[in-house]
Amino acid sequence: MRAILYILLVVLYLLHNDLWLWNDARIVGGLPVGLVYHLLFCLIVVGVMSLLVSRAWPDELNDIDAEGDPRS
Amino acid sequence: MTLVVVLAYLGVVVGIGLFGSRLVGSGTEDYFVAGRSIGSFVLLMTLFGTHMTAFALLGASAEAYRVGIGVFSLMASSSALMVPIVFFFIGTRVWALGKRNGFLTQAEFLRERYESEAVGVVLFLVLAALLVPYLLIGVMGGGITLNQITEGQVPQWLGSALISTVVITYVVFGGMRSTAWVNTFQTTLFMVLGAITAFVIVRRVGGLDLAMARLAEEQPEMLIRGDRVAPLRLLSYTLIPLSVGMFPHIFMHWLSAKKAATFRAPVMLYPVCIAIVWVPSVLLGVLGHLEFPGMQGPEANTVLVRMIAFYAPGILGGLLGAGVFAAIMSSLDSQSLSLGTIFTNDILRLFERDGRQLSEQQKVLAGRLFVVFIIAVTFGLSLVANRSIFGLAVWSFTGYSSLLPILIGALFWRRANKTGALASLIVVVVLWTYFFTQGWGKPDYSVAGTGVMPVAVIFGGSALAMIVGSLLGQSTSDETLGRFFDPLGSSSSAQSAGTPSSAREVAGS
Repeated sequence: MRAILYILLVVLYLLHNDLWLWNDARIVGGLPVGLVYHLLFCLIVVGVMSLLVSRAWPDELNDIDAEGDPRS
Repeated sequence: MTLVVVLAYLGVVVGIGLFGSRLVGSGTEDYFVAGRSIGSFVLLMTLFGTHMTAFALLGASAEAYRVGIGVFSLMASSSALMVPIVFFFIGTRVWALGKRNGFLTQAEFLRERYESEAVGVVLFLVLAALLVPYLLIGVMGGGITLNQITEGQVPQWLGSALISTVVITYVVFGGMRSTAWVNTFQTTLFMVLGAITAFVIVRRVGGLDLAMARLAEEQPEMLIRGDRVAPLRLLSYTLIPLSVGMFPHIFMHWLSAKKAATFRAPVMLYPVCIAIVWVPSVLLGVLGHLEFPGMQGPEANTVLVRMIAFYAPGILGGLLGAGVFAAIMSSLDSQSLSLGTIFTNDILRLFERDGRQLSEQQKVLAGRLFVVFIIAVTFGLSLVANRSIFGLAVWSFTGYSSLLPILIGALFWRRANKTGALASLIVVVVLWTYFFTQGWGKPDYSVAGTGVMPVAVIFGGSALAMIVGSLLGQSTSDETLGRFFDPLGSSSSAQSAGTPSSAREVAGS
């Protein structure tokens, strides 16, 4: 799962470069399509980051949280 | 009325800051990193508020005015992807090591990791040199904003003095705790008011459909990227948001987190926050052409404030102006505090001798005095600096991004050592200076006109220097490597390993 999510991050990086909308001036939902695309992109990133946090959170960080404050 | 609303807002900010100061203990850890007690929501808001500066509002709308909607893909959605990645892979590890070893600053973190005083000192100088222009943008942005929304009633210098005084008050008294609380209030405010600004102005322009139709007729190039953003520029610009990993103020906020799990909300929700702030900024920037066409150079920096003053005067204008102030101050506070912390923790210690150690209270006092000093100097510079200073922001980000290989090496590569770190620092300074002298004053400057941003070359050079220097240099000691690599997998090794002075002091206090 972790590997898949890391690959998804690379895919997102590639999708960020939306060359196919470069000169597209269409208005979608009251906004330029180039802006709508990147707004949706932000929301998709939220989804992938949520998966990363829930499915690929480093185990060692959970261990540290479980320990509490080592200085106390 | 506008001025009254802004002053009332500043009064609330000072009140929150002073209330937070009542909870500050006497130790350095409590003052500088809020006793590592910051929870999830406050961490998200304070990280975001700190990251979003005057540049995000005034600069983004100005860039949108100049370039069009392509600014959102260039600066906002690239940050929406890269910043959470940095938080997830780097921020959480920095927090864990900071907590285990009692680190207060990134200079201390990297000095200890690379076993080199030189790395700590040079890093402080470079970080400070890159941060001062950034501070200046905030102080000047505050003055310009108040001057514009009061239609010249308040001179720019007075607005800058006001914003400086307010920030000094709550940072000096309340340290990181007050800063985080005030940031949370201010970030919430500028996100809400930013959305209201866009809504009100778009309505007064005649609605979104009509505004876009007018724009398509009068300035159609604002709706596309066209020749104004080269594809290679978009690709290489994705390195700019990596600067978040080396901002000293962001680093300090990472260290203030209560638990690793505290990072979950910032990792997940950061892109939403970016969209909430940047979509209105970019929209208002491009719509500025409808009422204020033909602005050139630094004049374009005022497009957002002009729109507010024109379309939403009075109480609403005051509230929206307060929103701009909120964005500015929520960065200025953390930036000045971070410099004060590094100065106290990493520079003053060089002058300590056996038997003449500074007490915890003296260190906190030194940090407070340095915050006053740095903001006073920034205010002084704001009186003589030219408005073209706003163009420094991207150069500042470029420098910070290019330093990231030093931190990545520290966290993920056992072989990384002080030779590599110093080589990387030198390469960044040399290449940054070269490109800055070539590109200053040219907003569309790219490497040899290819569209590639200088950050790509400097970052690559920095990473290469880190690798080659580390392979040629002497390895870091096993004891230090144990402190930096074993703690994340084994608690026992961390408990038994040596800890730096700050950790021992806290433990013993």
